[in-house]
Amino acid sequence: MNEITPMSDENGEAGNEAHSSAPAKLGYSPVAEIPHRLRVTDTDPKAARRAERQVASMFTLSMVFIILSVIAYVTIDKYAVIYVPVLGEVGASNVVLGLTFGIAVFLIGAGAIQWAKKLMPDVEVVQERHDMVSEKEDDALAVANYERGKDESGFARYKMIRRSLLGAMALLPIPIIVVLRDLWITPPGENPTEILSTTLWAKGKRIVSDGTYLPVRPEDLPVGGLVSALPEGLLEVQEEEHNLNARGKAAIILVRMDPDQIRSQQGEGWDYNGILAYSKICTHVGCPIALYEQRTHHLLCPCHQSTFDLADSGAVIFGPAARNMPQLPISVDEEGYLISTQDFAVPVGPSFWERDKA
Amino acid sequence: MSTTTDHPVEQVGGATAKYVDQRLGSNKFLGRNLGKVFPDHWSFMLGEIALYSFIIVLLTGTFLTFFYNPSMVEVVYNGAYVPLKGVQMSEAYASSLDISFEVRGGLLIRQMHHWSALIFVAAMAVHMFRVFFTGAFRKPREFNWLVGVGLTALALGAGFTGYSLPDDLLSGTGLQIIRGILQSIPLVGTWAAFLVFGGEFPGTEIIPRLYAAHILLIPGVILALITVHLMMVWTQKHTQFPGPGRTNTNVVGYPLLPVYMAKAGGFFFIVFGIIALIGGLVTVNPIWIFGPYMPDQVSAGTQPDWYIGWLDGALRLMPNWESVIAGFTISWNVLIPSVVIPGILFTGLALYPFLEAWATGDKREHNLLERPRNAPVRTGIGVAAIVFYGILWIGGGNDVIAAAFSLSFNVLSWALRISLIILPPIAFLITKRICLGLQRKDREKLLHGYESGRVLRLPHGEFIEVHQPLNYKELAVISAKDDLPVLPAPVKVDADGVRNPNYRVDQLRHKLSSFFLRDNIERPTDAEIEAGQAHAAHSAALEAPLHEYEELDQDPVGHGGVLHHPGMPMTNQEQVDQRQ
Repeated sequence: MNEITPMSDENGEAGNEAHSSAPAKLGYSPVAEIPHRLRVTDTDPKAARRAERQVASMFTLSMVFIILSVIAYVTIDKYAVIYVPVLGEVGASNVVLGLTFGIAVFLIGAGAIQWAKKLMPDVEVVQERHDMVSEKEDDALAVANYERGKDESGFARYKMIRRSLLGAMALLPIPIIVVLRDLWITPPGENPTEILSTTLWAKGKRIVSDGTYLPVRPEDLPVGGLVSALPEGLLEVQEEEHNLNARGKAAIILVRMDPDQIRSQQGEGWDYNGILAYSKICTHVGCPIALYEQRTHHLLCPCHQSTFDLADSGAVIFGPAARNMPQLPISVDEEGYLISTQDFAVPVGPSFWERDKA
Repeated sequence: MSTTTDHPVEQVGGATAKYVDQRLGSNKFLGRNLGKVFPDHWSFMLGEIALYSFIIVLLTGTFLTFFYNPSMVEVVYNGAYVPLKGVQMSEAYASSLDISFEVRGGLLIRQMHHWSALIFVAAMAVHMFRVFFTGAFRKPREFNWLVGVGLTALALGAGFTGYSLPDDLLSGTGLQIIRGILQSIPLVGTWAAFLVFGGEFPGTEIIPRLYAAHILLIPGVILALITVHLMMVWTQKHTQFPGPGRTNTNVVGYPLLPVYMAKAGGFFFIVFGIIALIGGLVTVNPIWIFGPYMPDQVSAGTQPDWYIGWLDGALRLMPNWESVIAGFTISWNVLIPSVVIPGILFTGLALYPFLEAWATGDKREHNLLERPRNAPVRTGIGVAAIVFYGILWIGGGNDVIAAAFSLSFNVLSWALRISLIILPPIAFLITKRICLGLQRKDREKLLHGYESGRVLRLPHGEFIEVHQPLNYKELAVISAKDDLPVLPAPVKVDADGVRNPNYRVDQLRHKLSSFFLRDNIERPTDAEIEAGQAHAAHSAALEAPLHEYEELDQDPVGHGGVLHHPGMPMTNQEQVDQRQ
């Protein structure tokens, strides 16, 4: 392994000095049988000096760009916007910092690689490998030590100790898992199935439109129209609960179609003069849906393209969703505002294990 | 001792090295390793890109933690970005906006973080292809393959948790999908979702939890595994491609100091520089456009980061199967694409080295990489897996593709569903055939040299194409092919009437081994190769006399070309012999 074979260049010259004079102790040797072509920088001192200048100028230029990036950080207003062809209107600070810093770092790398390729030896060397398996003595020593340890500890002999230790170790993970129970912190004691199956909708709950939070009258909704809507009082609930959970379940869409075009509904008379209310949360994995094609009454989920026919009980006509879009039965109150007449009959959103037990 | 001038330390690095060595004995390690040889090949840079982009992710991510606030407490935005002024949002989203608009260099670092994360996963994937297709995972490197598979899975986790942190509309929708996926897990799914989200979706806990996972848990494990990965590479020495002077028991390349260190170190700065340039010039994830997360809002045509695309595609392409068994709901439409398929894919990846070694009965150490053509079944399986993945990935953008090419996405989805089943086997067969064809070509080259493209007309009128012997490099590469015999078919009852208790297993193994190896084109023996190359050299030499005939052509007597006439040697061969 330590034997050095003199390396032969194509033109018969002795190899790179660094290697031919290297002591055998280095642990590798040049590959003898590979013809090696000398580089210009090996033969022409002028070329070598040119390469040296190239490398040095890259490092120097890098210094310049590092300083430029600091100047850019300090001088460019952080809100300044400039127009750059191709990129359009962009933040000046971001572009200039990225350019100056990027070029500075790149030049360090380019210089180092140029140095390695032009000026460091390009002679491949060879080192021996050894099989991964241990030497016989080491192997025997490991076994002997293991046996001694086993013997001295009496692990094999003391059955009671062994079994009780194994038992303790087997039980140890249990509290570590149990303690994860309170990852679900609020509210304690309630059943997930119940929570997933109830929304803010109830008998007589007014429907307000999303954004304005004003109650909706039937005449606000033209035939063919779609409105995203929420239950009245949602904002107060959000305020009180400090989260968006109620919104995530209660969001609905109202669509109005010619009553003759409604082929079926999930309940008798759940519409109001052709106005239908459906959950907005996809039954596939829960994306909100609002892509509605009024001519076909199809509702399309933007996430995975499940398509529901709102004129036909919200049935799935394409895509990965398995369940109809849940329908909310609606009516109007004495003041003429749209209201729900009860909560959703089925849980909204994606399916879950206990869904049909609910 | 410290005054001894001939102490080797003086040569190694002077006073500091000596100081350290006297306390750690470090020069023993350095002496052995500074000259460590690393083989060179462009494809070995892929793993380096992964490593370097991970380092850049760590550096930029640390900067981001100084400004990011992982809280879902609602605040009213009052920052520099006018369109969102007065809008209610979480502190997480508000602080992400501040990083983008108020912190100088913040957007650059955020974009560098995102870009280097994307590059990290991409480089890992391509690195894995390289390792797979060249058989670098074979003994003794199976453990390192496992570590690599683990790293890939963790990288997906790191990416997804990070993607969710800004709490913008896009990332929240991603979390909503995760909630749906969790809920689809039989028996424990509902509870799992409630535990992960701290209650109902979206709750107020998920962002701080993802933050803990994203900045501590996952990167910690990745860092530990990368260390193990590199230590194994170090101990086992890097594999090398076949070539002149390269054998299974040596390593040919450049010593760590200085060449490899300069090249690899320089390459780190190149990767860093390019990522900084991309971060400065190319917008990624413009969260200010999407707005804060609301569980009842979504925008159309949105796409996850590229490495999640295949899972999203699987969700889209899956038929809408759901069953209710004994009152319990099993959502196959969510469970299969998001849990079962990735589970099978990663398990298959992890087990592959062991399956192949078992099937082929190969127990040798392999330090020389195998050319993909020389393992047609492995290469075919790899390509089939990539095609499968690729179709899922295209599926993840089916709405965008349908819109861009004015296709019906229903038709496109069906085409992709069908392709997903039939294209991978076709890809396997085609790839295998191509590999075998290339093997035949290799055998031909070894036996007859390469076709020079020059056609010769011999004196007696025969046309031949001159074959040239291979150059030393090609010869070394091609002749490194390593043939393995098919495992023998087991006998049920041997000659002594003893039943083979493992007959069924052995039979299966025989069949698998035959599946892997039977179509291989046998490499010629060394003697055949030598004879073949010598013959090619000889045939090339036949070209020489032609030039004499060219002169003959100018003979004033002239006979319109090189025709055979009495008295002329019958063949070039005879002519060569005659001259000798």
